[in-house]
Amino acid sequence: MDPYALKTLNAERRARRAAILVTDLGDGRDRIVREGDQVAGDLGAAIARAFRTGNSGPVEAEGRTFFLNAHLPQPRLVVIGAVHISQALAPMAKIAGYPVEIVDPRTAFATPDRFPDVALHAEWPQDVLSRQPLDGYTALAAVTHDPKIDDFALKAALDANCFYVGALGSRKTHAKRVERLLALGATADQIARIHAPIGLDIGASSPAEIAVAILAQTIHAFRSRGLEAKGAVA
Amino acid sequence: MFLREKQTLREAIMENSIYLDEARDPLIIAEGWMKDGKDVAIATVVETWGSAPRPVGSHLVIDADGNFHGSVSGGCVEGAVVTEAIDVIGSGKARMLEFGVADETAWQVGLSCGGRIKVYVERLG
Repeated sequence: MDPYALKTLNAERRARRAAILVTDLGDGRDRIVREGDQVAGDLGAAIARAFRTGNSGPVEAEGRTFFLNAHLPQPRLVVIGAVHISQALAPMAKIAGYPVEIVDPRTAFATPDRFPDVALHAEWPQDVLSRQPLDGYTALAAVTHDPKIDDFALKAALDANCFYVGALGSRKTHAKRVERLLALGATADQIARIHAPIGLDIGASSPAEIAVAILAQTIHAFRSRGLEAKGAVA
Repeated sequence: MFLREKQTLREAIMENSIYLDEARDPLIIAEGWMKDGKDVAIATVVETWGSAPRPVGSHLVIDADGNFHGSVSGGCVEGAVVTEAIDVIGSGKARMLEFGVADETAWQVGLSCGGRIKVYVERLG
């Protein structure tokens, strides 16, 4: 392995950015491909697939055998709001492979008692997100119903190109939210990325059912990365 | 930040595993060894068949003294990979190793689980 390739790869992994190490198994030469880099032909198609699935493996292309080692950051879910839905969502998402962090400055809601085994921040999103910035491998669900808490996080999620951004509330609530986000400087294209009303339409009614709808929509967004939003590079 | 009693921040982070575990990550260790001026080989699982214990892409990193970190199997074939890796460090020529019950003639060690794996061993630099 090229020492420079190893250094580059580790730097990308530390920064929670996706990268693929492409090794020619014939001559041992290797290089790093970052998400969004253009690679032509069959090899390029295989690389795009590996970025989407996260699966590593050998590939035959251009009469040669390459090994693609896909290094994708661990996807995670940040939930704004320590509410009833979040109590169901946190364990479900963790089981599905999406570790959860919950942020809610209202200390009556954000108690370890209500959220055992979850990373919980009884703080304003501004404070948490300045320490642990959002990124393209983070999903954000805003479920407090309170603009004071949700709006900043939603804008930050759009700016960080989070792979999923969802906001709880009716169409009417969302229309008002759109006005506020525009005032905060969000573009119409950014706002169109928000899933609102939140969750896949499965007719969810109870908090736990809504949690299932949110989780399903998160998984769908993660697995279709690069298919709907072309050029959306984290 | 609220955490469960007696749970440290580090444990909470490890549980979530959204950050690299620098002390155990084979590729981070390999880079550190390289900076210390050590000769290093990197072994990578490139293909698996059947019930292989570690997924494709897993790494074992080895230095010239036979120190190693990571894994390419559940401990079944690491010894053989380390031996090969020391040769690779000496020659600079990468090798493809194959392990599995189907391959008893080529290799003394096999995967007792019945799987088969291909491991690519290369020198760093």
